[in-house]
Amino acid sequence: MKITEDSPPVLTVLDRPNSYIGRSVPRPNLQRLTQGRGQYVSDVSLPRMAHVAFLRSPHAHARIVKIAADKAKKAPGVIAVVTGAEVAKVMTPWVGVLTHLKGLKSAPQYPIAVDRACWQGEAVCAVVAKTRAQAEDACELVEVTYEELPVVADPETALDPKTPVIQPELGDNLCFERKLEVGEPDKAFASSDAVIETTFLFGRHTGVTTEPRAVVADWNEGEQRLTVYQGTQAPHMMQNLFAKHLDLAEQQVRVITKDVGGSFGIKVHTYADEMATVALSKLLKRPVKFVADRIESFVTDIHARDHRIKAKIGVNNDGTITAFEIDDLTGIGPYSVYPRTSGIEANQVVNLVGGPYTTPNYRAVARVVFQNKNVMCQYRAVGHPIAVAVTEGLVELAAAKIGMDPLELRRRNLLPDDNYPAQSAAGLKFEKLSHHETLAHLDALMNYAGLRAEQKKLRENGIYRGIGFASFIEVTNPSAAFYGVGGAKITSQDGATLKLDAQGHISVHTGVTEQGQGAEAVMAQVAATSFGVPLDRVRVVTGDTDNTPYGGGTWASRAAGIGGEAAWQAGKALRANVLAVAGSMLQTKPETLDIRNGVVVDAASGSERLTLAELARVAYFRPDTLPAGVQAELMATRHYVPRAYPFAFTNGVQASWLEVDVETGFVKLLKHWVVEDCGTIINPQLVDEQMRGGVVQGIGAALFEHCLYDERGQLLNGNMADYLVPMAMEMPDIECGHVVSPTADSELGAKGAGEAGTAGAPACVMNAINDALRPLGAQPLTDMPFTPEKILRALGKV
Amino acid sequence: MKPAPFAYKKARTLDEAMALLGGQPDARLLAGGQSLIAGLNMRLSAPSLLIDINGIAGLDGIALKDGKVEIAALTRYAAAERSDIIAKHAPLIARALPHIGHVAIRNRGTLGGSLAYADPAAELPACLLALDGEVEATGPKGKRSIKAVDFFKGLFETALRPDEILTALRLPAAGKDSRVGFAELARRHGDYAMVGLAASARAAGKGLADVRLAYFGVGATAVRAKKAEAALEKSDVEAAVAALDLDPPDDVQATGATKKHLAGVLLRRVAQQLMEAA
Repeated sequence: MKITEDSPPVLTVLDRPNSYIGRSVPRPNLQRLTQGRGQYVSDVSLPRMAHVAFLRSPHAHARIVKIAADKAKKAPGVIAVVTGAEVAKVMTPWVGVLTHLKGLKSAPQYPIAVDRACWQGEAVCAVVAKTRAQAEDACELVEVTYEELPVVADPETALDPKTPVIQPELGDNLCFERKLEVGEPDKAFASSDAVIETTFLFGRHTGVTTEPRAVVADWNEGEQRLTVYQGTQAPHMMQNLFAKHLDLAEQQVRVITKDVGGSFGIKVHTYADEMATVALSKLLKRPVKFVADRIESFVTDIHARDHRIKAKIGVNNDGTITAFEIDDLTGIGPYSVYPRTSGIEANQVVNLVGGPYTTPNYRAVARVVFQNKNVMCQYRAVGHPIAVAVTEGLVELAAAKIGMDPLELRRRNLLPDDNYPAQSAAGLKFEKLSHHETLAHLDALMNYAGLRAEQKKLRENGIYRGIGFASFIEVTNPSAAFYGVGGAKITSQDGATLKLDAQGHISVHTGVTEQGQGAEAVMAQVAATSFGVPLDRVRVVTGDTDNTPYGGGTWASRAAGIGGEAAWQAGKALRANVLAVAGSMLQTKPETLDIRNGVVVDAASGSERLTLAELARVAYFRPDTLPAGVQAELMATRHYVPRAYPFAFTNGVQASWLEVDVETGFVKLLKHWVVEDCGTIINPQLVDEQMRGGVVQGIGAALFEHCLYDERGQLLNGNMADYLVPMAMEMPDIECGHVVSPTADSELGAKGAGEAGTAGAPACVMNAINDALRPLGAQPLTDMPFTPEKILRALGKV
Repeated sequence: MKPAPFAYKKARTLDEAMALLGGQPDARLLAGGQSLIAGLNMRLSAPSLLIDINGIAGLDGIALKDGKVEIAALTRYAAAERSDIIAKHAPLIARALPHIGHVAIRNRGTLGGSLAYADPAAELPACLLALDGEVEATGPKGKRSIKAVDFFKGLFETALRPDEILTALRLPAAGKDSRVGFAELARRHGDYAMVGLAASARAAGKGLADVRLAYFGVGATAVRAKKAEAALEKSDVEAAVAALDLDPPDDVQATGATKKHLAGVLLRRVAQQLMEAA
């Protein structure tokens, strides 16, 4: 294994003699995955395993009058054809609400629609057969009689009195509303030198994981136990939910999550078809497998964004931003998604707008409404891309209005680096941010002055290039404030167990999960460093509720910061336990010993005293030779949850450099920069790749990705040809820089890094397009994604 | 996304393939499979039999014959990209090839398959039209040639009879005074174009003669823009743009109006390619 020596030169508590913190070590799972020996749920095959295919509603809203399944039941290979009413007998429905989002309401959702389908793609019937192909064949033989119902598609009219109410028991189509007013926004706007007002639109899009959602459920009637192999981000959360809705004890449910082919927030929710698969296994007493195909992924994987925000900024000629105001409207489908709810994204937008700035005056209204489209919920960087685009879009429009350089305007308003802890107008608490330092770093990294000169020169030749920026803050390492306080059984703490084996190697059992992002590598690095062994003596075990400490999994940029700290503490605890044994074996004080590079050494001189293999041999096979009363404890568990702050905010700034072809409206991305501060960097390569991957998904939102629906609630582009994911050919080089402000909430000091790229990239690209087109007098573009057609319209060419 | 059940036969000879095709009217030929298999998996079509023609000897290869470039139907895009004959004698095809899908698609996809499938947004049908090429159809009664203009009948519809197999395409070899131009606009490289233009002409003094402009992605088939061709022959590019008589339908990427605007932009760019070479 080649290890890059790029550890920072300053020694800290993390710089143990064989420290892997700050090093780009290879991932432990790399060889397995590159040799095709990964174990994705799609690979799981069990004896007597059946496959389920779902018949899905072609209508956005329809009453199910009749399901005629006689022909399908007789089709080759068919084991059962099961309706929503039959599944409801073994599994209870769920309601996606959280008590801390006051007033948020939703209707009970069933695994399979019972009387009514509420979006195009909702499952109305399950066909279980010996193969997936046979199940699909039989689906074509099921005759469903529908009575079409009025469709609520447009959020703008969802609350009108004449619009039908989708869930009559709720009284109206309002899922959630939040209002916030801080300071004196009206007074601030009235006294501002300039007020800029515009409307931002964010296209509905989705996550498009490489591996689709997949589940194999295996109810063992003899054992009265359910084993679920699932591609999920949160095995313990799912264990709890499967138990709850099947009326089982958690003990009766084991969730196993091996390799997962990408998640991005898509796989942290309760999906009706996955719940149905689990219920079918219980019903049929045999393993049942469901792997979503690409077509059903587009109509059932959660969508996100789809916000319309009327927004306003006040600014004075000296560059002071006086106030922000937003009015957010978002349509989230017919149900609030369980258990995290579909109110979080709008809630985040309200929390985050204006977040990097000192501006004290702020008013926000957010309304979340129901509609007959696929459900929306949390996807990578939840709310941030929206809030950052609104804030940073307004900031650059304000800069243009008063004729000030956009970086200078930011310098005059960003929270100062030397005044922490601090709080935003919306009430977010910041332990330590580095807005000005990251901005200065970016300025130098991109050679801003040089680019401006180049831009000016090229404009003379009719080449229109733009520079756009986005300062941002990012929620990471969430405490119970995110979900736990609202009553959801989603744990914010995480645990790690370290175990020394009889040859002196260790295994790390962690509650966080590997989704392809490299969490296993990070856990191995932390544990190896903390305990004191070479990396190749560490084995990481994740994703098994029978064999890992209770933990939250991977979401909200928490794995390294929270799971990593638990592993760090467990490493320290196991080291102390081992040294206690070593001390008694060597008849010396444990405090004078250390474990370095897999050997017990004299701490002062570093000279070898005992190998771990020898210590383990004695402890496991000849404990009789240890002094009386000495019991070796060669396994240690520690848990961690952030307590000092509800969230460990990170910050940073991004820039985009691009060229607009003003004849075609095509955008060519030339370069992208990210300078961010995620605290302690455990693995620089993984952090940089998280930034780059995140930026690419943000660029997807800005230029390509859009779930297009017609007025009847039909998805028009649910395939990989018409729904455009960002591809390598169109992506720019993405250069990363870092400022390090560790959080003092943990010893490791790591904050999250997984979402910052996605948070800032759309705003940057938008601002860069508008910067490019400004000399042509184009109307600023604020309607994502920025298609060639929208750009041509802004230029008045079509 | 599993296809409906179908039977599969691998034909060893053209005669065998034709016999199978004649015996089962809803059979489909499997060449590169780059469009067919996706369509089957999405259950957009459900033929009872797939006749795999990949094992038929002599159905691929590129040759220069009697002033024509003859490309056998099973020739893969990737092979055409590496062909000196294509580079030298069919420069329009050479220009179009890198725009077709991605490397993996070009390794499998065949030139004959693209023409027989007749996707209105595909590059190759437009190139055949721009070059006034022809296809060779082989049926129980022997071979016949069909000019490009007669071959593409409508959306995914050609003049091939149900019992015929497209066995080759033929293009006039480029001469000294041949001029070609190609451009397309796709939001991502390798996607089907929003609008594309394949063009050929003959240099005549300082101007152009025999201009053929074949647009793709703007209707049910690739279409010639004849009024624009006439204007271009008078060396008046702006008049050619103004004379574009296209009426592209809206699709998920753009409205017809935007596509028409883009067609004009492409015309200016392709006209420059034609004239630069002249």
